[in-house]
Amino acid sequence: MAHLAPLIMIFPLLGFLLVLVNGRSLSDRATGAIATSVVGLSFLASVACFVLLLHDKSREVSINLFDWISVDTLHVPAALLIDPLSITMCLFVTGISTLIHLYSTAYMAGEKDFRKFFLYLNLFVFSMLTLVLANNLVLTFVGWEGVGACSYWLVSFYFDRDAAASAGKKAFVYNRVGDIGLLLAMFLLFQHTHTLTYLSIFSATSSLSPTVATLVVLALLLGATGKSAQIPLFNWLPDAMEGPTPVSALIHAATMVTAGVFLLVRMSPVLALSSSGRMTIAVIGGVTAFVAATIATSQKDIKKVLAFSTVSQIGYMVLAVGVGAYGAAIFLMVSHAFFKALLFLGSGSVIHSLGGEQDMRKMGALAKWLPLTFPTFLIGWLTISGVPPFAGFWSKGDVLTNVFAHNKILWALGVVTAILTAYYMSRLFVLTFRGTERFREVTHQHDPHESPLVMTAPLVILAVLSVLGGLLDLPWAHGFSLTHFLSPTFGYVAPSAAQSTGLQTGLALVDVVAALIGLFAAFTIWRDRVESDTFEKPFFEHVWRWDDAYDATLGRPLTALAHVTSDVVETRVIDGAVEGLGGSVRRSGEGIRKLQAGLVRQYALAMVLGVTVIVVYLVGRVR
Amino acid sequence: MTTIPASWFLVLAAVLFGVGAFGVLTRRSALIMFMCIELMLNAVNLTFVTFARTMSDIGGQTTVFFIMVVAAAEVTVGLGIVVAVFRRRSSTSVDELTELQG
Repeated sequence: MAHLAPLIMIFPLLGFLLVLVNGRSLSDRATGAIATSVVGLSFLASVACFVLLLHDKSREVSINLFDWISVDTLHVPAALLIDPLSITMCLFVTGISTLIHLYSTAYMAGEKDFRKFFLYLNLFVFSMLTLVLANNLVLTFVGWEGVGACSYWLVSFYFDRDAAASAGKKAFVYNRVGDIGLLLAMFLLFQHTHTLTYLSIFSATSSLSPTVATLVVLALLLGATGKSAQIPLFNWLPDAMEGPTPVSALIHAATMVTAGVFLLVRMSPVLALSSSGRMTIAVIGGVTAFVAATIATSQKDIKKVLAFSTVSQIGYMVLAVGVGAYGAAIFLMVSHAFFKALLFLGSGSVIHSLGGEQDMRKMGALAKWLPLTFPTFLIGWLTISGVPPFAGFWSKGDVLTNVFAHNKILWALGVVTAILTAYYMSRLFVLTFRGTERFREVTHQHDPHESPLVMTAPLVILAVLSVLGGLLDLPWAHGFSLTHFLSPTFGYVAPSAAQSTGLQTGLALVDVVAALIGLFAAFTIWRDRVESDTFEKPFFEHVWRWDDAYDATLGRPLTALAHVTSDVVETRVIDGAVEGLGGSVRRSGEGIRKLQAGLVRQYALAMVLGVTVIVVYLVGRVR
Repeated sequence: MTTIPASWFLVLAAVLFGVGAFGVLTRRSALIMFMCIELMLNAVNLTFVTFARTMSDIGGQTTVFFIMVVAAAEVTVGLGIVVAVFRRRSSTSVDELTELQG
């Protein structure tokens, strides 16, 4: 294991370095092959580690690579922690990454910066694996920033477009705000436990007072809201859709945006110390899930709908974390990675077939033109809507069952969100694949074409995973389930285990009814409509005026302040002080130089007078 | 034989020094100013010698020899400058030499 686990990270790094060093001499084809195969190898290494971990009784293996920082009492090793949580993350991150790399080789074909794209993508996978495998917060932070940087580069991949460039900046700035939270949490933890290694922190939780624990949890939550696009830092994610679609699928749906949830789950023993902190997490998650779902109902851009849907689904995960259902959160994270990657890649296939069109009003009736994309997207749609027996039904049901045991109001909010989820996804599905053909103008009367096999193959695999994903954690399979596998990692036991089978069945029925209501409503409304003022409220379309509110409360006052400092403080105060000092020296010089008349006798007189004064003074002193 | 009191020498030296200083301050000709400076220097020399005599200390007389040598050197350089200035300007008036004013 000690030799195998580092390989998980080393393969993507190797791919990155290979492409970096040989970038110009490699053909696009070779670049794609290298980048995809290194991630594939990384996946195989993860599988091997997983198998080895299953045979390890302690289910916790720390692997020290080298001593990284050692200053006084601060010791930060570059070390990996292999436990059920990190290996689960590794498996789905590398698995999905492999599929998306494969998809990208075709999707990005012919792009000018093809090699740069795969360079970033490999670096991203390496950073993400650093994040999940690290055994201390500092190394996690390195990965955290690494994925942030890659996200920035990939969002603004088409940097010659203004929208893409500013979307990248927006993502970067929002994430920096969240990073402050993570840093504060690290500072607080080090101050009170004198260590930053996870296992040491967990064994020193007794030295954290309830107040400190709550502060740490809230700081971690701030970090998570930045990275995982939750209220109040969620609105960078929809803008991040300016990046290429595979990036949206990989970074902004399946992997990076779940890093915040991962961090919270990783720190679960600290979360266990603060019930108010957990409550805050649950409320943030529940409200974000609902708000994002309402916004998704009124978006016209296919990727924007999926982006808000991602925010909403991550809201569910955060909600699950808040009620202590860490296993359910990870289960939803994994199944969400399957179906959301599927949906994004499917939408990418749709966009590809229409030559880059993303507006759903210009789609419609694509079912017969896209014989492989259509059925896989259909599965993705049913999965996210929560229709049994697909993965989404089980994972979302797992979350909602746990929430029900904890807080009925948040559960009701979750069920409403589930209705909205089914509704907006069905709206997307109907507008894209059913109804009348509205794309002729976009395609210049040509027929849309199905994507090549390397793009559809990942779709098929992800569709299969979406169908079967529920098997990971069936409610009655207690001994052989993801939650059971993960349970050694968590210090807090989910309450759902205590619920009766009858109640669980009842709640599952509520979920099914919610999904069917959403489906039915969407089909009724959108069967013969393309747009509607009644059902697409501008308030929702404009993201609850959230950006406007930030602009009014932060953007404009800060811009005004910047103008004051640049126009007044800079020119008057700072320049004034500097130039005033110089000016006064110059002016006094102008005045004093008049004394230098060049007349020798005047100087002599001055000398005589000076000597006289000195003599008089000395004589006077003697007396 | 009566000795002249030391104070007389000192008064004479002070008068000579005053005359020299007055000359330096009032005359425009560089040559005259030089002469006046010599007068001041020698007034100081007289003071030194007087005190050397009254205090029976040879140091004062030694200093006078140094001053004489320095004065000779100073005159050499100074007169050289005066001659050079006179060649350029046909005048030795120091009031006209104001190029170095501020």
